[in-house]
Amino acid sequence: MAGATWREIFPGNVVLTPGSTKGYHTGGWRSLRPVWDNSKCIKCGICYVYCPEGCVSQDEDGYFMADLDYCKGCGICAQECWTGAIEMVEEG
Amino acid sequence: MAKRKRIGMEVALAAAEAVGMCNVDVAAVYPITPQSHIAEHLSELVADGKTDTEYVTVESEHTSMSVCIGASATGARAYTATCSQGLMLMHELLPIASAMRCPIVMSVANRPVNAPLNILSDHSDIMPQRDSGWIVIFSENGQEVVDLTLMAYRIAEDKDIMLPVIIGIDGFILTHMVEPMEFPDQKEIDKFLPPYKPYATLHPDKPLTMGAFAMPDFFPQMMKAKDMALLNSKKTIVKVWDEWERKFGRRYRPVETYRTEGAETILVTMGSMSETAELGVDELRDKGVSVGLVKIRLWRPFPSDELKVAVKDARVLAVMDRAVSPGTGGGPVFTDIKAVFYGEDSRPIIVNYVMGLGGVDVTVGDFVKMGEKAAKAKKEEYEFYGVMG
Amino acid sequence: MLEIRWHGRGGQGAVTSGEMLTLAAIEEDKYGQGFPMFGPERRGSPVAAFTRVDDKQIKIRHYVYKPDAVVVLDAGLVDVVDVTDGLKPEGAIVINTSMSAEEMKKKLGFSGKVATVDATRIAWDELGVPIVNTTMLGALLKVVPIVKIASLKTPLEKRFGKIAKKNINALNRAYKEVKISKQS
Repeated sequence: MAGATWREIFPGNVVLTPGSTKGYHTGGWRSLRPVWDNSKCIKCGICYVYCPEGCVSQDEDGYFMADLDYCKGCGICAQECWTGAIEMVEEG
Repeated sequence: MAKRKRIGMEVALAAAEAVGMCNVDVAAVYPITPQSHIAEHLSELVADGKTDTEYVTVESEHTSMSVCIGASATGARAYTATCSQGLMLMHELLPIASAMRCPIVMSVANRPVNAPLNILSDHSDIMPQRDSGWIVIFSENGQEVVDLTLMAYRIAEDKDIMLPVIIGIDGFILTHMVEPMEFPDQKEIDKFLPPYKPYATLHPDKPLTMGAFAMPDFFPQMMKAKDMALLNSKKTIVKVWDEWERKFGRRYRPVETYRTEGAETILVTMGSMSETAELGVDELRDKGVSVGLVKIRLWRPFPSDELKVAVKDARVLAVMDRAVSPGTGGGPVFTDIKAVFYGEDSRPIIVNYVMGLGGVDVTVGDFVKMGEKAAKAKKEEYEFYGVMG
Repeated sequence: MLEIRWHGRGGQGAVTSGEMLTLAAIEEDKYGQGFPMFGPERRGSPVAAFTRVDDKQIKIRHYVYKPDAVVVLDAGLVDVVDVTDGLKPEGAIVINTSMSAEEMKKKLGFSGKVATVDATRIAWDELGVPIVNTTMLGALLKVVPIVKIASLKTPLEKRFGKIAKKNINALNRAYKEVKISKQS
């Protein structure tokens, strides 16, 4: 809606298209990347719960991974992980 | 028009009765003196099954407004009531309700704000809400409280408006007064007030976003859209009031006048002082003092054009403020009215009497004294009426 | 327009009396106002309430300063509050006391009508509690016939429900038993 006139704004600034933030690829902000060591993972899912971007998901075997299109590299998952299974690795 | 029997009732209860006739979906009210009787009676109406309303017993006024905004976003018709410290606690949410275009209705039983603690009546609580983007309408008596409450959702939910509305009901002087009022039939109100049709609703089946973040490329447009909606609401408000007059015979205007014909001095009041002021004007006219009265009914959007017309021949305007705007050299109504006349070639002398603060009883005699003083004014004045020294 | 001031103590029912009278006047298609002296409600403290009755719409919205009649629900207040303050010289004052009207008139030094009734005793007899609001309403209506007693029936029934009948009995008894001083 950037560049819209005030008359064109939907009353109350309602955004009618769901999921519009998907077009915003925050992965570009990242300087550190989370890497899971599945041998230490107890599949508790705390990384999934804490991820502020909601970009952590679970695979068929129950292990976790981040969608790097959206992962900002904030490191909260690594900080919260009970077993230290996540390491923040510098982007090369 | 059918003659209806007047019913005697405390005005606070009448306000709740009127809300009960509006098919409100969600009410979230936290009791506070002198609003409490509204909160209590509305909860009785809900408990007795007289209105099909979800009454949320909240733990604070901040929550009551939050509940109303949330409910309104889902397409529900929402109501609350408060005053004083409760309204101050709610303050941060009021601009959100208006910017999100939530047509909530709120009764405010106007009471001072601390300190010192005072539970009586003045307009100090509503003045900090002036710039919140709400429509603010003041009432003078019980009948007006009933009428204006019954009209509030029609105004708020009009497609051209979609803004929340405050009905100002002076604490105690109005809320605690038992007096006669006429009520329309429920059938008439059902016809007058159609079900609320929101632009958009929060629902999991049809996801959308409300209250989103906005950057500088977008934020100012939002602010302008909200201001234009408020400014433009006046003509629709008058249209609704006209319809009410045709149906029920009682007339409401943004600015109302009493004996202003040829008046050299015009008193300006807002709220429950206005009828007492009329009696003061009668007494002054009997004494040969050329005085009239202008009553501000619509406080936001401010009725600048109507005010100019109403006072066009006056030499002096005496603005009676029931609140102070500290540091501006006057009360809030005074400063707004002065701004109206800045661009005019000829303008009246405007004097300001701040009075009725903290529930001081304002009598007919007080209006006579103020009127006589104002009639002699040579230049702008600002005075705390009745304060010694 | 008739203006009445009520004196009582918080909890005695001065405000209720004023309201009932207002509602009775509205029942008769008159205009009325009933309201308390505004402030926090405290049981036992001296309180005042006001009633206005008129045939036309009442515009005045401040306290009553020059009442046509004053009603005192508790004789003890006579020593604490200036109960005749602003009372019109041709007006009337009705007091709940076992004193005679003549004695009370002397005590108050008031030139107009003074009426007394032992409302506390009536209330004990009829209601079993010393709450004299409706009883004093009966006494007032004898001294100043503002509304018909019949017009109070609906408001009293709405307010008091099952005990409305007892209240009406107390009211009728006070109406009969109130004594009015001779005009001086």
